[in-house]
Amino acid sequence: MKYAALALLAAAPLLGMGNYPLHLLILCLLWACVYTSWSVMGRLGMVSFGHGAFMGIGAYVVVMGWNHYGLSPWIGTPIALALAAAVAFLIGYPCFRFKIVGHYFALVTLALSEVTRLIIVALRDQTGGSLGVTPKTALADVSYSLNALQFSSKLVWFYVILAFWLGGLWIWKKVDESMGRLALEAISQEEDAAASIGINVTKLKLGVTILSALMTCMGGVLYAQYQLYVNPDTVSGIGISLQMVFGVIAGGMFVRLGPTVGAAFTLLLAEGLRLWFGNQYHGLDLTVYGLMLVLFIIYMPKGILGAASGALEKRRMVRAGA
Amino acid sequence: MPSRLLSVHDLTKAFGGFIAVNRVSFDVAEGEILGLIGPNGSGKSTTFNLIAGALAPSAGSIRLREREIGGLYANRVAHLGVGRTYQIPRPFRKLSLVENVALAAYYGQAGQPSRERAYQQARDALELVKLPSEDAARVDGLGAAGLKKLELARALATQPQLLLADESLGGLDEQEMNQAADMLSGIRDRRGITIIWVEHIMGALMRVVDRCVVLDHGEVIAQGKPQEVAHDPKVIEVYLGTDARQLQSDIAARTG
Ligand SMILES: Nc1ncnc2c1ncn2[C@@H]1O[C@H](COP(=O)(O)OP(=O)(O)OP(=O)(O)O)[C@@H](O)[C@H]1O
Ligand SMILES: [Mg+2]
Repeated sequence: MKYAALALLAAAPLLGMGNYPLHLLILCLLWACVYTSWSVMGRLGMVSFGHGAFMGIGAYVVVMGWNHYGLSPWIGTPIALALAAAVAFLIGYPCFRFKIVGHYFALVTLALSEVTRLIIVALRDQTGGSLGVTPKTALADVSYSLNALQFSSKLVWFYVILAFWLGGLWIWKKVDESMGRLALEAISQEEDAAASIGINVTKLKLGVTILSALMTCMGGVLYAQYQLYVNPDTVSGIGISLQMVFGVIAGGMFVRLGPTVGAAFTLLLAEGLRLWFGNQYHGLDLTVYGLMLVLFIIYMPKGILGAASGALEKRRMVRAGA
Repeated sequence: MPSRLLSVHDLTKAFGGFIAVNRVSFDVAEGEILGLIGPNGSGKSTTFNLIAGALAPSAGSIRLREREIGGLYANRVAHLGVGRTYQIPRPFRKLSLVENVALAAYYGQAGQPSRERAYQQARDALELVKLPSEDAARVDGLGAAGLKKLELARALATQPQLLLADESLGGLDEQEMNQAADMLSGIRDRRGITIIWVEHIMGALMRVVDRCVVLDHGEVIAQGKPQEVAHDPKVIEVYLGTDARQLQSDIAARTG
């Protein structure tokens, strides 16, 4: 069943899918990667509004390296990942050491994502500022360049991103099955008691934060290489961080495919808003996200998939009981 | 003469200007059950927090087998063989009973055991305190006595040499108190674990402890065998004092 669905998904673009639906599908998988990355730590009680920073690092480091130094993304990516890990460490270590949790942690990370956006804007001579930047094309007379990690075929991108999405789900599963997950849940409930039974709270939290940051950074790299255009607002800053949190909460962060459902939902919502209202109302999507976030938290705290599987479970129990 | 396991010397903790623990000194011999008693707010739990690494001492030393542990992080102290329970239970409510205890077995020992072994040790610890050890058993539905047992099982699963048991919680009746007392002495007798037992009433504790340390306002006012301590005028005064206050407030509550 699971594999049949996966095979269908993998075969979908070969069955004569139009360019626009394929583009939406790719974006959906890409955001699903990013949301899954966020949830790896988010569902363990560490709600970060700072993941825009890691995505921004992934996107900009690789594009800047390519444009200014002719650095292949194959080299730029490890640099971006190292930088993301370093930033995660620098922000995480003091937070975890001094027990900055909950709302305070959210606030610190919120600042991080906004600072990243401001830095990108401030370095406008290198980054193109708020207008964004396009990686120099390597596709002038070829249809793909492995060295530049640029492919004109959407099909190639589809399979690349599909693979990363599956990789993300696999990491989720590994984390889920580990003792570390139980320990992090224990920490999120009773941090002092967790330390008293020998759990190294700071180390575990840092570990999962860095893992999540690396995965998100990778999402940023893919985003930039696929879209061949990055803009501070679409890969960093409060807006994108809020969108991640919203998407994950909407989809449901306690089930493995929840973030993926959330990605589909936010994407359709954004496209819908764009078609309905056009591009004239700047910030409209953010307002709608904010409103819907509140509604979800009140009425559907487990998200769409969480609520749906909860309802299914209930029906099964009723039937088993009858 | 059994060897000294723990040695606390001039231990002091100040919260701002308030001194909660004031130059407290005592030794604990290997295999001993030491009662740490004193009225409300006398500094018993704070002393535990200092030994277990939840708080850093303002001054003084804490030596475990001649090794200074004052100021180490709590997880390090756990690895060195100190287990503790909380006066107000702090279970991981969203985890099952076995998971609660298995975490302690997995992370609490100096050398990390395999997962299977940790779960086995967790089940053993749960059986020892007479809690259900099957996978489905959950924290919800445990009463005050059950939660205290879970605290105990979790601490025991770290395979400690020294157990700090903070039992000073109301809510247990006479029979439950006696059961707790028997359980602790059983743990010492069968497992050879040294225990410091905190309590604010003397009753059940007096039966099983080898020695007592009495705290009042953060200071040691007496220590020795239970009978000696119980007849010490300073101890009688402290306890009569609180009893008298208690009585007065009870009377006030009834007539007011
Ligand atoms: N973190 C803290 N900050 C400030 N004061 C504290 C703190 N922890 C304890 N105290 C104070 O220190 C004193 C000793 O508290 P402690 O909890 O050690 O008493 P106790 O002997 O365990 O009392 P009880 O029998 O009620 O449990 C109390 O006056 C308490 O209010
Ligand atoms: Mg206390």
